[in-house]
Amino acid sequence: MLDSLFANTPLMVMATGALVGTAATLVGVFLVLRKNSMLTDAISHSIVFGIVVVWLLTHQQSGPLQIVGAALTGVLTVFLTELLASTRKVKNDAAIGLVFPVLFSVGVLLINLYARDVHIDQHTVLLGEIGFVWLNTLAIAGYDVPQALVWMGVVTLVNGAFVLLFFKELKLATFDPALAKALGFAPTALFYALLLLTSTTAVAAFDAVGAVLFIAFVIVPPAAAYLLTDRLSTMLVLGILISGASSVLGYQAAVLMDVSIGGMMAVMTGVFLTAAFLFGPRYGIVAQYWRHLNQRYVDESRALAVHLLNDEQKGRAGEGGALSTLSEHLQWGDRKLQRVVQRSLRLGYVLRDGLRLHLTTKGRRVAVELLEPWRRTEA
Amino acid sequence: VSGFLSLLGDHTIQNVVAGATLLGLISGVLGSFAVLRQQSLLGDTLSHAALPGVCIGFLLAGSRELASIMAGALVTAVLAALVMLVLTRFSRLKTDASLGISLSVFFAVGVVLLTYVQGTDNASQGGLDSFLFGQAAAILRSDLWIMGGITACALLVVATFWKEFKLVTFDPTFAATVGFPVAVLELVLTVMIALAVVVGLQMVGVVLMAAMVIAPAVAARQWTTRLEHMVVLAAVFGVVSGVIGAVFSATGRGLSTGPLIVLAASAIALVSILLAPERGVLWEAVKRWRDQRELGTNQVLTTLHGLAAHHKDPLYPAEQGMIDTYHGLATRRALARLQQRGLVRRVGHMPVEGPHWELTAEGRDRARQVLDDLRPDAA
Repeated sequence: MLDSLFANTPLMVMATGALVGTAATLVGVFLVLRKNSMLTDAISHSIVFGIVVVWLLTHQQSGPLQIVGAALTGVLTVFLTELLASTRKVKNDAAIGLVFPVLFSVGVLLINLYARDVHIDQHTVLLGEIGFVWLNTLAIAGYDVPQALVWMGVVTLVNGAFVLLFFKELKLATFDPALAKALGFAPTALFYALLLLTSTTAVAAFDAVGAVLFIAFVIVPPAAAYLLTDRLSTMLVLGILISGASSVLGYQAAVLMDVSIGGMMAVMTGVFLTAAFLFGPRYGIVAQYWRHLNQRYVDESRALAVHLLNDEQKGRAGEGGALSTLSEHLQWGDRKLQRVVQRSLRLGYVLRDGLRLHLTTKGRRVAVELLEPWRRTEA
Repeated sequence: VSGFLSLLGDHTIQNVVAGATLLGLISGVLGSFAVLRQQSLLGDTLSHAALPGVCIGFLLAGSRELASIMAGALVTAVLAALVMLVLTRFSRLKTDASLGISLSVFFAVGVVLLTYVQGTDNASQGGLDSFLFGQAAAILRSDLWIMGGITACALLVVATFWKEFKLVTFDPTFAATVGFPVAVLELVLTVMIALAVVVGLQMVGVVLMAAMVIAPAVAARQWTTRLEHMVVLAAVFGVVSGVIGAVFSATGRGLSTGPLIVLAASAIALVSILLAPERGVLWEAVKRWRDQRELGTNQVLTTLHGLAAHHKDPLYPAEQGMIDTYHGLATRRALARLQQRGLVRRVGHMPVEGPHWELTAEGRDRARQVLDDLRPDAA
């Protein structure tokens, strides 16, 4: 039964994509929260250098040595960037933009020179070939399991274990590095561990999605999740769900249109982000607009209540509250007045008595709260 | 030399050198503004985001026609900048995440379109790959006219709005206060970075174009503190690295142009950061070493002065060993320097053999001056 499972190419491709997404999200959440997203850009470009060098030295295409060796390049990039920024000749963002193109360029030139027409070409470097994951398999317990799936699985487990084990420390170091340091945790060491894992994940995912698309898997699902929740644990879970869904939908769409599978998966993460940006329950544009509109309506009703209270207090009850004069006093058009009165009736701020409006107890309380906020504490 | 001259006679080489010159000009000038405004990584996002535009331009034109490809690239690059701005302004995402999202999702769309184009069996689609890493040799005379036109326009805009751009770069708040349309000017600067990216498509490719925006500007920044000089220097550095890289690529063994140009530019940046007068890292190290030495020398001088004052003998001969116990063995060199400047004199004094030192009249004056300068109330 398992045999047919591992021979099911679409399933294997989607599973690999989902694992890339999961492993990337596990580290990406913390990078996005720490405002270090663009380090992913630097790391994923410069591991190309590491991969080519390790390949030239060992002629191994994948496996632990390749993963660890190339992953060190990622950490080297961050180290060089910080070294350059620490001279204070160059701002931090420019330092990132100076270091990774160099390593990436050397990597590409080495491919040009020594690695033509073999496993790694320029194209794969950028785009990956997740559709071919089933080409290279490993025999595990008698089953032929796609290599990419195995290594991505291992990396996902390592990342997951890291996040679970150091959840408290990561949380503290992410949201309050100064406190973390004062309490004797080592936020810097933790940060470098995180970056090492990011690099490792990038190398493991390299065959599947290439250097640039990897960035989408690290940044976009966590960013989308960030727009949906305020809880770190929820953000992790949502990010993983979004990556999984992106893999499945991306695969279907790519097959339908006969285009790059990895590319389509990354595009799907963008679709989810757009959805979260527009329709997020709390921070979404629609929700924000809705709240804004609602607030405006409530404010209008409160303004009406204040006006009526004023009339009462000035003893103009005789003419006050007459619908005919309200429009003039408040300088609202008829349609707006009608709208506000109806809403205020529904909110229970006013009662209608023929052509006049009276404040209810609730309406009076609202108006008093606005005019004399100090009374609220007395009541 | 004759080999080089014959190279210059070659049509391809002429085109390549002209293209590299244009690219260096525009990216150096506009990169200066980007780096100073701390938007180095915006160039990275814009250049990656040009990929979908390249494909769309190709699809619309139906052939590898540079004008439409450039137009497409310009549109998607500017679109990516807008997406990044919208995400930063209207959601809780920070700049780094917005940059990363824009970069990776636009690039993913580009990858999808690239595979779509390759699936259409269009005979001329083979050249599209070269826009990833650049292929200077493929440049045509007609392409140069377009690149030249764009560069001339961009330089004209910079010259016309020089004062405005300068103010917006260094003090946007003040610029807004005195009534400059800051948002419009910033948008224009962003669009112009996109123009630089578009000019670089053919030469450097979309992946490494960011480095051409950053490296020459960072290099130029090390040599001067005036924007006028920085812009000119950056343009010169850009042209030099462009020509070096392009010539190597066009004559070499099929090496990609982009990485070569980027390596040349990065080398110039590194040398500048290390060696630039006043600001360079080595320069500063030498200065620090000199300051330290001067401090040590002054310490020995004031110690002699203190000993003389303590013994109420302006010509008190201090024994070498005694001075060593104060400041360690480095005093010998310090004393030699002081003697050279005529501030101390070497004398013999019994019963202890060996060198003794006394202050000269100038030495006393100098020591008093040093001590005066050290007083907290010294003006």
